[in-house]
This record gives sequence, structure tokens and C-alpha cells, in this order.
Amino acid sequence: MHKTLACLALGLVLALGGTVATAKTPNDTLVMAKDMSDIITLDPAEVFEFTGGELIANIYDRVMMFEPEDLTKLVGGVAESYTVSDDGKTITLKVRAGQTFHSGNPVTAEDVAFSLRRVIKLNKTPSFIFTQFGWSADNVDSLVKATDAMTVSLTINAEFSPGLVLNSLQAGVGSVVDKKTVMANEKDGDLGYEWLKNHSAGSGAFSLKTWNANELVTLEANPNYRHGAPGVKRVIIRHVPEPSAQRLLVEKGDVDIARNLQPDQIKGLAGNNDVVIGKYPKAGLTYVATNDAHEILGKPKVRLAMRYLIDYEGMVNSFLAGEYKIHQAVWPSGLWGSYDETPFSLDVGKAKALLAEAGYPDGFKIQIDTLTEAPFSEIAQSIQQSLAKAGIESQITLSEGKTLWPKYRARKHEIIVARWSPDYIDPHSNTDSFAHNPDNRLEAKLTGKLAWRTSWFDPEINALTEAAAKELDLGKRKQMYAELQQKVQMVSPFSIMFQRSEQAVLRKNVKGYVSGSNFDLVFYRNITK
Amino acid sequence: MAEGVVTEAGGTARLRAWLLSDSPESTFHARCQRFYLGWRAFRTNPIAMIGLSIIATLVLAAVFAPLLTQGDGAEQHLSDRLLAPSAEHWFGTDELGRDIYERIVWGSRITLYIVGLVGVMVVPIGLLIGTVAGYVGGWVDTVLMRFTDIFLAFPRLILALAFVSALGPGIENAVLAIALTTWSPYARLARAETITIRNSEYIMAARLQGASAWRILYGHIMPLCLSSVIIRLTLDMAGIILTAAGLGFLGLGAQPPLPEWGAMISTGRQYILDQWWVAAVPGLAIFVVSLGFNLLGDGLRDVLDPKSGSAG
Amino acid sequence: MAHSGNPIAGTGTGSSPRLLIARAANLLFTLSLTFVGLTAITFIIGRVMPADPVLAIVGDRAPKEVYEAMYLKLGLDKPLIQQYLIYLVNVLQGDFGKSIMTTRLVLDDLIRFFPATFELASIATLAGIFIGVPMGVVAAVRQGRLTDHIVRVVGLIGYSVPIFWLGLMALLVFYARLEWLPGPGRIEVYYDGIVDPITGFILIDSAVQGEWEVFNNALSHLVLPAAMLATYALAYIARMTRSFMLDQLSQEYVITARVKGLSELAVIWRHAFRNVLVQLITIIGLTYASLLEGSVLTETVFAWPGIGQYITNSLFNADMNAVIGGTVVVGICFVGINMISDTLYRLVDPRVR
Repeated sequence: MHKTLACLALGLVLALGGTVATAKTPNDTLVMAKDMSDIITLDPAEVFEFTGGELIANIYDRVMMFEPEDLTKLVGGVAESYTVSDDGKTITLKVRAGQTFHSGNPVTAEDVAFSLRRVIKLNKTPSFIFTQFGWSADNVDSLVKATDAMTVSLTINAEFSPGLVLNSLQAGVGSVVDKKTVMANEKDGDLGYEWLKNHSAGSGAFSLKTWNANELVTLEANPNYRHGAPGVKRVIIRHVPEPSAQRLLVEKGDVDIARNLQPDQIKGLAGNNDVVIGKYPKAGLTYVATNDAHEILGKPKVRLAMRYLIDYEGMVNSFLAGEYKIHQAVWPSGLWGSYDETPFSLDVGKAKALLAEAGYPDGFKIQIDTLTEAPFSEIAQSIQQSLAKAGIESQITLSEGKTLWPKYRARKHEIIVARWSPDYIDPHSNTDSFAHNPDNRLEAKLTGKLAWRTSWFDPEINALTEAAAKELDLGKRKQMYAELQQKVQMVSPFSIMFQRSEQAVLRKNVKGYVSGSNFDLVFYRNITK
Repeated sequence: MAEGVVTEAGGTARLRAWLLSDSPESTFHARCQRFYLGWRAFRTNPIAMIGLSIIATLVLAAVFAPLLTQGDGAEQHLSDRLLAPSAEHWFGTDELGRDIYERIVWGSRITLYIVGLVGVMVVPIGLLIGTVAGYVGGWVDTVLMRFTDIFLAFPRLILALAFVSALGPGIENAVLAIALTTWSPYARLARAETITIRNSEYIMAARLQGASAWRILYGHIMPLCLSSVIIRLTLDMAGIILTAAGLGFLGLGAQPPLPEWGAMISTGRQYILDQWWVAAVPGLAIFVVSLGFNLLGDGLRDVLDPKSGSAG
Repeated sequence: MAHSGNPIAGTGTGSSPRLLIARAANLLFTLSLTFVGLTAITFIIGRVMPADPVLAIVGDRAPKEVYEAMYLKLGLDKPLIQQYLIYLVNVLQGDFGKSIMTTRLVLDDLIRFFPATFELASIATLAGIFIGVPMGVVAAVRQGRLTDHIVRVVGLIGYSVPIFWLGLMALLVFYARLEWLPGPGRIEVYYDGIVDPITGFILIDSAVQGEWEVFNNALSHLVLPAAMLATYALAYIARMTRSFMLDQLSQEYVITARVKGLSELAVIWRHAFRNVLVQLITIIGLTYASLLEGSVLTETVFAWPGIGQYITNSLFNADMNAVIGGTVVVGICFVGINMISDTLYRLVDPRVR
């Protein structure tokens, strides 16, 4: 026994001797904790995930951009200026002079044309943002052209509001890649696809140094950036899936910024003078979708009853406090064209009446699917409880996204609790997905559209969505979106519940962190320590 | 205590005499006697008795859960979230304002359900494969044992994980996955036992009387293997509970709002810094119960297998 | 070196070359059988999983054409058995395929992640041996007394506690509250990349390259997770040592030795323990193997970038190449360690046929 004790003591002494007293992050390096499990690629022609979107926004300059200095104004990025032809079909972009890629190559019109064509030719998930302009692999070479070294001309081959086109050029697919570098790494005519997955060739504020999936991402500052060198030399983003671990790390100063804290953890940080809590309204929505092909859930009255069986207030005031606010329309508030009416609240009596009218006075049994991560499990359990009050008995299954989405895409869900973020800042980005379903057949497989996934088909709403996208007059367009959203709010299978705010915890010496309304409007370049 | 009984009631005294008589009159009598003697040895083993009382408490909690609690542990009170342990909420409340004490009590049913179901699945499979392999021998033995060895060689937790991800999360699937990864040692054990008794005179006699192979296996060999298999199962129970909790912790076991202890730790993890009790209490419950099974198993082995050499 | 009372002494080792070859062939056969079994089971699981490997690559909002193109590219349209055979042939050529999650070759990933687990499991096993063995011996010598009971109960506790929960609690106490030890992770991120991965074991690499700051940091990160795993190792080893020692202490040669007037210490350590050593090798091998795979949960709690976490993450991401690759490696280690300890056992103890 004495020996044992001695061994234990020795072990402890050794352990303590090895401890670095207080670890502080180096001054020229920003260390950030974030859940990065969603990254699957860092090629701007393919990135469609939150974290990936944020990273490429800091690596690549886009044709059009929102800048951290003014997040509300769409300005030229790689393009210095643009002109729209009178018929609204041709957009001429003038490339800003004097820009260079990380490789040192100058940024030219040829790079811009190559980048946009590449999106179409690779035909990855986000390419639909451009294909809706009538661009395809066959015609894109003639529709997207470099007319001289610094001028690009884009021709729209469909009826589309030019404003919407310019908004789309601000999306991740509008990133400009370094043609020479990318083509030098081409393999078997893949336009550098394999290489660009985990390398970078941009002209943005940072270049990608390493990406170790589910471990860390290291970005290196670009000293020649057109707005001047970023405030820190390196940005290290550490994959920390656990919010409680993130909180500890930021409290101890092991990281400078923690990104995924839950409201309860934020509450626990109150009174800690070493950290500052930044709150940034986001365009992300949390919603409940019912499957319209389901024999019970497909009934309009049941759909409506669902809206009254959600304890919006209760959740927002408890486990969602501070991070989520009630929002019930498809385009988030605070953005152009938003619709902020919130007609629904928990009303079991009303819901019961609606259910009785639909022929289900005693409720029914149903499955709820949602994501494993917080707060989806809590939201689902709260909904489960309020459904039970109307006699609806439900069973919850939590899955990782990779398991949940296939089910959703195959229309095999009954009730799903999920989230959504727009792809670009224009109401069409959301209405196109939530409300537009041109072909409801199973074989059509319009799996990218939420309306199709829920088997929801409404010709009137379809027409309204298409008309709003084409409308040239801004005032009229705005009004059309209000009307469309009001209708969708009442009749769709979607009960939009909440709009999210990011709550980032920053060490108090960290300044200049900017996080805009969308997931890819997070900027590292102004950060100083 | 035993001495007190004699003077008290003639009935119990007679029962005791019957249990201790030198010449058992029937197989049943003999079995009862063996059981009673085992129990007397077992009772003097303090470690085993602690284990037994823990398990008894677990069973009682599961059976009388409705009497021990006011609700069913699923009722949410969003205004009473994350309250610290107090007179009103003995173990505090969780992230949805549910009483953790109630959830622990109701969770005992899930724990018992899991170990029970795994036991019910594993023992027959293991016995069948092991005894058939041991009794028939030859190529059947080789094939069955190679098959068993593959499962033995498999990293068990990873296999269970993979099974549940394939079957989809849920308590039944977790049980199935655990069973699929635990049966192999039982087959080995049963085979070893079968080989030692295969050629015993009494099996020979049964064979000479024309009993079919199946009858011999079912009627004679399996019952003899049962006791060692049961001991092994008791010793494994703790492992089963821990594996189930691990699956629950990874979100692959019981789904919300079921109060499965491992899943409770998993959600409690979010609150560990400010509300430690949300994760600590269910962890403690798992610990106590699996300790109970281990103590019981250890004691049982002492009693039934004196060779292991531990004195109580 | 008095082996007078030792029942093993004097019995010569009787392994003829032919026997050795037969044994080697048998070993090879078992290994390949296990390998095929392991890959087949994991492969089938991977194909019936509800998680969709295609979506894992193309993202959940991919349109139909993108999805179908990838489906064909992955060869998922072929019959299952054909897919499996293609996979098997590739693996035999050392090609585990590419991981979806990391976009790298699975083999490269395994080379990167495995040492982290190996380092953790090795240190935990060592700790288990150095603490568990003396505990077991002492308990056996003092059989039935307080020390014995304490050792037994400590052993059972190590057996019964959910390691992932213990890890959480340890983090809460030693990192969050007391601030004695660092938090999750293998090393502070800003030390990442300072040391060249020669062996993949940070402790060795940093020591060899003289980066003592990195070494200290890595060591302090290792303490908690290793202690958690060691709890289990220690419990198991102590328990088994005790039971083996009890067996030996009741043997006649021990009594003889005592009668001959040898000191108690000599009897215990020089005679009884020497014989126990043989059996202990098997037990230590078993512990080691189970720690290699059992670290899954510990790695999750401590964000340890090891093979367990790699497999779990891959599972959740429908990254089947990675899952199968990882499982095969762990499985082979598992079988390998068991076989090595088995062989050692046979070599040291000729009583075993």
C-alpha cells in the first residue's frame, strides 16, 4: 500500500510539474473555438455549409461584397463598378486595378470569368444560384466573357431582376479564384477541384494554411490585401464541438473567441470581466416542417393547428433566451423585404378546435425528427409536450445531419424540426426554397427545395414567387414579398418559429470582430488583440 | 437471525430441517438444498450482500416508481429550470425543469429493461452455439468457433456503435447491438463446459437409452452449463450497463424524453460548469448500480466457485 | 536464483520447428479470417446505414444531378458483394480509399490519428501496471484483512464507474475549478505544427527535438485522459494479480520456501510473483487491447484526436472508408496484441500446450 501511495504521489507531482501555469494565446495570433464539423470542402464553387462559407469569405474576395465597414451596403469587391444594360439583360463589370492573389498573380477579368464559369462547369450544389440565370455548361463560355483585360460581361438568359443577379454575385460562388494557380493543380480536367478542396487560391485577407477536418483550420494573413494587412498574423480556429468546453477555454484565456455557447452558458459568464459578449443578429431561422404527403398532416387545418401548439414564448424566455427571438415569416427580420408579423402563439384551445374540425378531436400519433445538437433536442421536447396537450402523442428521434437530411430529402419524415440560412441576401433565396415547387412528383427530385421535400405544391404561391423574382420595380417587389410571406405563413407546412442571433464570447482585449446577418458575413480582418 | 427463527415458528424450523437433511428425496429437494446452502455461504459475504441490496433497491425502485414519485419524470416546467438540489427537488432539476430524482427513479426501469433484455438474448445464443459446438465437435465445432472468434476479436464498443448507427438510434436497437457484441464469450464458456461433461457417464447413459442429441443438449448439458453462464452474466451486467450508458452518451441509445441515465449525462454535459448536478447525479446512479452488480457477481463467484480463492 | 520449489523449472521447451510452422500458419489463417470477417461486417453495416455517404460528399442541398453523378462515381450502383470485393482488393494493396470527412487518404489519417490513441493507451497501461500489480500482490499477501478489502473495493470501483462520466467530473474539478491541469485536446493549438511528426508520438517527437515547452504542454494534457483510462486498467490488473497470487501462495513450493526460512519478501517476490508474471502478461495484453478500443468515449470527452474519435466522427458522417479502415486497424491491433501475449505465454510457460 505504501508503495502505491508513493507511486500515486509521484505521478501527481510529475503531472503538476508539467503544467503550464496559465496558457495565454500569442499576441499576433487569434485563436477561436468553433464547432466545425459541418465543413466538407473549402472550394468556393462547392462550399455550401456554414463554417466553410465563413472561411471562404475571409480567403476569397467576391465579385460583389458586403464589407465589414458597412454590412448593409452591397459594394463592388473584385469588381470596382458595374453597369446594367437598359433591357436588364447584360451586366458589365469593371475589375478593380492593382489587386493581386496570394500567389502574387494579378487579378484580371480572365480570372473572374474563369471563376464564374467554373461554378457552372463543376456543377456542384450551389451552382443553382447561377444556373437560374439561364447559364449552363454549354452556353456559359459565351454568356460570361472577359471583353478585355479588366472588363467582364455577363448576359442573363432568363427573366430575372438584375438586382437579384448582383445579390447573387455576393454569394460564395461569386468568389474569384486564381486561374493560373488553380489550373497548375488541375488533374484529369477537374478544373482544380480535388486540389482546391483543401487549398486556397484567392485574393482575400487570409490564405488557407492548414485544414485538418474536425481539428483545426489555420489561416495566414495576406499582408498585401487591398484594404491593408489584417490586424493579426494568424487565425487558428479550433474545432470544439462542446459548448461547455468552449466556455471553459474562453474563460481560461486558451482561446480568444468562442462561437457556439448556449444561452445558459452565456448566462453563467455574467460577471466575468475578462470576457465580452457580442450579440449579432443573424438571418438563420428555426422551423417545424410537416410532411404534406402524410394523410393527417396534409390537412390544412392540422397544419394550422400545429402553429398553435408551439410554446414560442416559453422557449424564448427560457433555454433560448438571448439567442433566439420569435419570427414567423420565411424572410428574416432586419433585412430588405422582411415581414415581421407574428400571429401565432401557444393556444391549445384553438388548436384543439382546429383538430376537431379536421376530424381528429382526440389527436393522433406522430414522429418528430430533429438534430442531435443543442437546442434542437430541447425544442423538440417542448413541442412534444405541447402537442401532448392537444392529444397528439409524439416520439422524438435525434440524428446527426448526415442521417437526418437523407430522410428529409427522401420525404420520409413526418414532423421535422430544422434550421435554415439564406444562400444570399435577397428574399428570393428563401422564398425559392420554402415556397417554390414547380414539380411535385417524386421523380422530379427537387431535393434542394424545402417545399418539394415536404411535398407542398400550391400553384398560386408558385406563380407569386416567380413574379416577385422578376419584378424590376423595387417598391412593388417589396410589396409582393410581403403578400407572399403572409400567405406562406398561413397555409404552408412550415411553422417558422425563431430567428437566431449569434452570441460570441470574446476576450476583452479582442477588438474588431464583425459578424453580419448571414453565416458568410463574418470578417476576421479587422480583429486586433 | 437463523437461530431466532427456530424458536419462533415450527414451520420455518421444519423447512430449515428439510433444507438441511442429509438425504434429499427428489431432484427438486436436492436443488433447494443446494440453493439454501449457497445462500447461507452467500449471506456471510458482506461484499456480496451489499451488492445484493443495491440491486434489490434498483428493482424495488423500478417496480414502485409510481409510488416513489409524483409524476412520470417527463413533465416540463420551463420556469423551474436547472434548480439546485433542495428539499423540494432532491437532486435538482434539469434543462427543461424536470425533477432529476423522478427521472432517476423512472430511469431504473430502463436500466433493468436493458440488462434484462440483453441477458435474455445473450444466454440462449451463447448456450446454443457453445453446447452444439462442444457436443457435436468436428467441423461444426471448428466453423462455429471460428465464427465466435471473429466476434471476440471485434472491438466491442466500436462494433456496437456501428450496429446502432446502422439500425438507427433507439433503446431496442442499442440492446440488440450490445447483445450482438456480448454473446461470444458465453459461447466459449458453454463449449468449454460441454467438453468437460460430454463424455461423463451420465451423458453416456442417456445416450444409450436412445435420447436424441437435441434432447441431451437441451435436457442435460444446457442446464449444467447454465450456472456458470449465469455467474458470467452477473459479472457482465456492469459492463452492459456501462456500454448502454456510453451509447446513450453518444446519443445512440434511448431517445428523449426517456430518462436513460447515459443520455442524461450527455445533456447534463452542457451545464456541467454551473449546474453540475444535472450530469453528476445520473453518473452516480450508473456507478452505484454497476458497482452493485459487480459486488454481487464477485460474491456469487466466491460462493459457487470456491476455486477462485477469495475469502469473504 | 533458487528455483528449487518451482514446478515450472526443469521442464524443457519442446517446440519443434514443424510445430512452429504449423502454429504460424494457424496464426496467419486466424488473422486473415478475422480480417475478412471484420471488413465484411463493417462493410455491410456501412451500406445499410441510414446516413448517406453521397450526401456526406455533396452536401444536403445538392440537386438531383449532382447527387446521382456522385452515386455512380462511388460505385454504389454495383451489387453489394461486388462493391465489397473491390474494396477488399484495394485494401490488400494498401489502399483504404479516401475519407470524405478529411478529404485525405484514410491511410494518411490513420497514421496521424493512431499514435495519439497509442500514446494514451500505452501510458495508461503502464500506470495500470505500476500501480495495479503492487496493489494486487499486497492484497493477496494480506488476504482477508483490511488492505485486501480496500484493494478489492477499489478494483470494483474502477470497474464500475462510467469512465466518460469520471472524465467529465475530473475536467470539472481539475481544469475548471482547481486549474491544476489543462483542458481537452492533445496540445494547445498554438503549439500545433512546431514539432515535426517523426513518430507521431508528441512526447517522443518533442523530446527528441528538444522542444521542452511543447513536451510539457503535451504531458500535462495527457495526465487526465490517461488517468481515466488507467483507472480501468489498474482495477483489472490489481484484481487479476490478487487472484493469481492467491493461487500461487497456496502452492506447496511456497510453503516449502517458507519452511526453509526464506524471508517473506523473497518468498513473495522471488518465488510466487515470478510465476504469476506469466499469467500477468496475458492480462496486461488484454487490458492494452481493450484500452485501444475502449478509448472511444474518453477521447470524445477529452477531444483527443485519436482513432476512437476518428471512427465515431466518421460513423456520424457516413464516412465509411474511414470507419472500415479504423475498425480494421483497431481490430488487427486487438487480435495482434492477444496473439503476442498468447505466444509469450506459451514461450514462457511450457505447461501450456
